[in-house]
Formats: sequence, structure tokens, C-alpha cells
Amino acid sequence: MKNCEYQQIDPGALGTSNTRTSTTLPCGRKNSQRPRRKWEVFPGKNRFFCDGRIMMGRQCGVLPLTIGLILITSGLFFTFDCPFLVHHLTVFIPVIGGVLFVFVIITLLQTSFTDPGILPRALPDEAVDIERQIDNSGSSTYRPPPRTKEILINDQVVKLKYCFTCKMFRPPRTSHCSLCDNCVERFDHHCPWVGNCVGKRNYRFFYAFIVSLSFLTSFIFGCVITHLTLRSQGVNGIIQAIQDSPASIAELVICFFSIWSILGLSGFHTYLVASNLTTNEDIKGSWSSKRGEESGNPYTYNNIFTNCCVVLCGPMPPSLIDRRGFLPPDDAPQTVTSDTELPPFMSKNDANMCTQGTKELLESMAHSSVIQSTCAPGTPKTAPVSQESLLHTISITVSPPNRPPSTGCSGHQALRPIDVSCSQKGNKRAALHTHKPMLRVPSPPCSLGHSPIILSDAPDMGFIPLN
Amino acid sequence: MAETHSLQDLRQAAVTSKVFVQRDYTSGTICKFQTKFPAELESRMDKQQFEETIQTLNNLYAEAEKLGGRSYLEGCLACLTAYTIFLCMETHYEKVLKKIAKYIQEQNEKIYAPLGLLLTDPIERGLRVVEITIFEDRSIGSR
Repeated sequence: MKNCEYQQIDPGALGTSNTRTSTTLPCGRKNSQRPRRKWEVFPGKNRFFCDGRIMMGRQCGVLPLTIGLILITSGLFFTFDCPFLVHHLTVFIPVIGGVLFVFVIITLLQTSFTDPGILPRALPDEAVDIERQIDNSGSSTYRPPPRTKEILINDQVVKLKYCFTCKMFRPPRTSHCSLCDNCVERFDHHCPWVGNCVGKRNYRFFYAFIVSLSFLTSFIFGCVITHLTLRSQGVNGIIQAIQDSPASIAELVICFFSIWSILGLSGFHTYLVASNLTTNEDIKGSWSSKRGEESGNPYTYNNIFTNCCVVLCGPMPPSLIDRRGFLPPDDAPQTVTSDTELPPFMSKNDANMCTQGTKELLESMAHSSVIQSTCAPGTPKTAPVSQESLLHTISITVSPPNRPPSTGCSGHQALRPIDVSCSQKGNKRAALHTHKPMLRVPSPPCSLGHSPIILSDAPDMGFIPLN
Repeated sequence: MAETHSLQDLRQAAVTSKVFVQRDYTSGTICKFQTKFPAELESRMDKQQFEETIQTLNNLYAEAEKLGGRSYLEGCLACLTAYTIFLCMETHYEKVLKKIAKYIQEQNEKIYAPLGLLLTDPIERGLRVVEITIFEDRSIGSR
């Protein structure tokens, strides 16, 4: 299964019985020699292809169906309707159809394969620092208050929530997608039709896709109606026309049903673009006046044209996850183990686990800080002794690589069906991990795709003593 | 980071701690960092210098995300080419990020490394924080 690609590496590298097929690992073997790319240890549930150049959500959803429907309908159109229409009307019909078709396919593929604006998870040091700040400012009751921070944006109070999976306070307009297990900036929604989240970086592609698809379906619908009308004007009538061109009926049916939904969706998103809102905010009613207080969208420019320009033609931010960067060779094993070493902060009861998790994390961080320091700039780890003591600490705290924080950040997501099953899987992993020294932890258990928390671009977690 | 003599010294030093300068969201979602001077750096460097560095970074990020004729033109052109232009051309944002990387490297070499500090480019931390690593004093020697 392709969805395990990014996790199979280590086991192979460590020579342990590996997980599934390491199809993406050309030389699945041991690895210190082969430099690994960051996509291979990416903690979210995404699939990567072409050595990290292309990425999608883990479940491709109904993307094949979407592509299939578009290809079939367009194919039937070009094969059966165009010849007649070219003959009777104009040659521009297939030309326009062709241009629309190409545009639709390109924008669809871009929506599916582009990083939607995933935020890399916080590294352990950062997480500890944030924890410390929260603890300092928070209360000392057993059940810590929900972790939120309030800020003022354009005189509007906005609450920033703490994401337990990614270990950071989510920037405004960011949401954690449980299907992909990532925090996505300017999160709009997770679209199963394109098999990916729609967020800051690919919203414009998504919008272009649905608008061009509405044009394409309307165009095909119109052309097919014209075709059948012209045919039936001949001696034979409508029934004969249909018999002569049965494919047209199939196209009519598909287009008819698609038009309602696609046009509706385009209209809805046009409204969102004009008001600089996201689907997520609209559904939750974040800025509606029903809330009682004087609240308005703090991000809008109060001008439809400006909002449209900003959302659709604004600067294209870069991908923050650096998929194709190389991991420093020393860090390779660590990334795997980091799974296990990080305390469980968030398995299920965010509240309870959090308190424990925090303390354990702080302990382990304290122990590891020495090691980390030597490793941080990528130098070889040279502190075996302290690493061993670290191991002691870690093995105690090892627990189920956390799974998305159940309630904590999921609290307000649009979709989260996976949480429950995830925590169950997480438990199994915990059992497997409990006494393993992190070093060479075989990652098979991790292969379920529940990487822990803090793996992000350059994990400078010098935990693993490597060799 | 370039391997200058002082930076190399740093690599052999032990890290005492790390300071994280968080994002400032008061102006919205644009990339901006807080200019509040962290307490841990008080003994190491000048507040003015720190604020200047962060302010320059903020200005550079603002330039990258600036909405204006140029970015709209880029956006419209991209739309017309079905966004395939992004595959061939480097966007304005990416160009500014390179400028930022250079600026940070320069700041590290000139100002921070001699003080036993190291700035990490925020892009390596997902634009979440500006990480400043504080190294032990003794290893810096006399610079």
C-alpha cells in the first residue's frame, strides 16, 4: 500500500523485519549511506509520489471517480457529438471544449497534488517552550483549562487554539484536518472529490477547477441539446435522433446532475471568495452576527474586488514542509524513534494526559537537551553516556505515539471520523513500544501512519545514539 | 549557514538554551514576529539590535506578501496559464525568501555568532518561530 511509503524507511534501514513492502525505498536497506528526504519521515497522513514532488491526502477518496467522469463525458462528447456539430455549426466547438477540458484537468490535478498549506509540526524544543509558557500563565488545577490564547486582530477578538497533535498554537484561520492529520493554513475543507485538503495554497486551483468545470459541463450540456435538436429537426424526429446518438443521452444525464451541484458549489465559493471567508468559518458561523456580539470577519477588506484579488491572485506562499529536503544523516534513525519517545500527551484524554505528558516531556527534554545541543547543527552525536540516561527516561515515558488529540484540537473540525479508530490503533502501538529503546525501534508499528508529533522538517532531536 | 570561523566555534559549543520568538498575529495572518525582547537574551545582547533584526525580517516578509500590482499580475498570468507557470518560474515570494536567508546568514556572521547566538531561518521552522540558540559563553573565546 502506498500509504505507508514514508514510514517504511527506518525499519529497512535498521535491518529489522520490515513493515510492508518498501516499495518506495529503492534501497530499503540500511541506511546511513542513503540520504533520506524529509517526505519519507513526514508525520501526517499523506501520500507522496515522484520522490516527494507530488503529494495528496492519504485516502484519495473519489478522485479516480472524478477524473473518470470528466474523461468519460468529455470523451463521449468529442467522439460522438463534435463531428456532427463541426459539420453543422462551427469548428470552434471542439476547440472551446478542448480548452475547457484541458483547463479542468490541469486545475484538478494541481488541487489534488499541491500541498494545501500544511504547517510542519513543532519540534520538541518549541513544544516544551510553549508548554512552559502555558504552565506559567495557567492555573495549577489538575485539569488544565482548555488551551486557548486570545488575540486581537483588527479589533476583533480571535481565539487561537492549541493543537495537541502538532504541539503549537494554531495561527488564525488554521485548522487541523483529521483525515490528513495535519494543521492546514486557511483551512477550507477536505474535499474527497479531489482527495486532498483545500487550504491556503491550493484554494485558487480548487476555485479555478470548479468554475471551469461548471463551464465545461454547461458547455457540453448545451452542445448535446443542440446536437439532438438539430438531429431531430430532420425527418426522423427525436426518437431517431436519440437512437442515432445514444452516447448523447449518457452525457445529458451526467451533465444534468453535475450542473446542479457544480454550479451551486461555484456560486457558494464565489460568495466565500468575495467575502474572504473559508468554508470552515462559514459553517461554524465564526463571524456571523448571531453570536450576539459585534463580530465581523476581521480578514475582509470590505471590498468585493479586493477580496477576490487577494484570495485568487495574491502571492503564492511556498510550501512549508520542504518535502524534498534531505535529512541530515545523523538524524535519520532519530526521527523514527522520536515517535516513541515523545510522551503521550495526547492520546485520548487530552486533559489528563496533558498534565502527565507535560511533565514527562519536560523531563525528557531536560535530559535530552544536552544531546540535542551537540546534534543540533547536524554534527555527529557524541554523547553516548548521556544518551543512555536519556534512554532510561525515555523508555519509561514511551507510550503510544500519539494520535490526534482527540478532543483537544479536533473539537472544531469539520471532519473527524477517524479519531476513535486512531486512538485504538495508538494503543496497540503503545504496547509494542513500551520497552524498546528508541534507537533502533523498528517502525513497523508506526507504519500505521500515526507518527507522532513533532516530526517536522529538520528534527534535531539528537536522541538516538546511533550506533 | 556559511562556515565562518566564528560559526564553527559555535558548533563545538554546548547549547545552553533556545529562545523562541513567536508570531505576532495582531495584524492578521501575515507573517510577522513579535519584537518583544526575550528575557534570556538580556545578558547577551543589545535590545535595540534585536528589535532591528526582527523588524527587518518583518519588513522583508511584508514585502513578500505584499498585495499590489506585481502580485496581482503574477496571479492573473498564472491563472491564464492554468497555473502551470508555477512549475517554471520562481514566485516573488520565493525570491524574497532567498533574500531573507541571506540576511539571516549575514546577521549571524556579523552580529550573533560573536555573541554566542545563532538565528535559525524561520522557514526551517515552518514560519512559526524565530529560533535563537544560545551557546555557552566559554566556547566563544575572544572575538
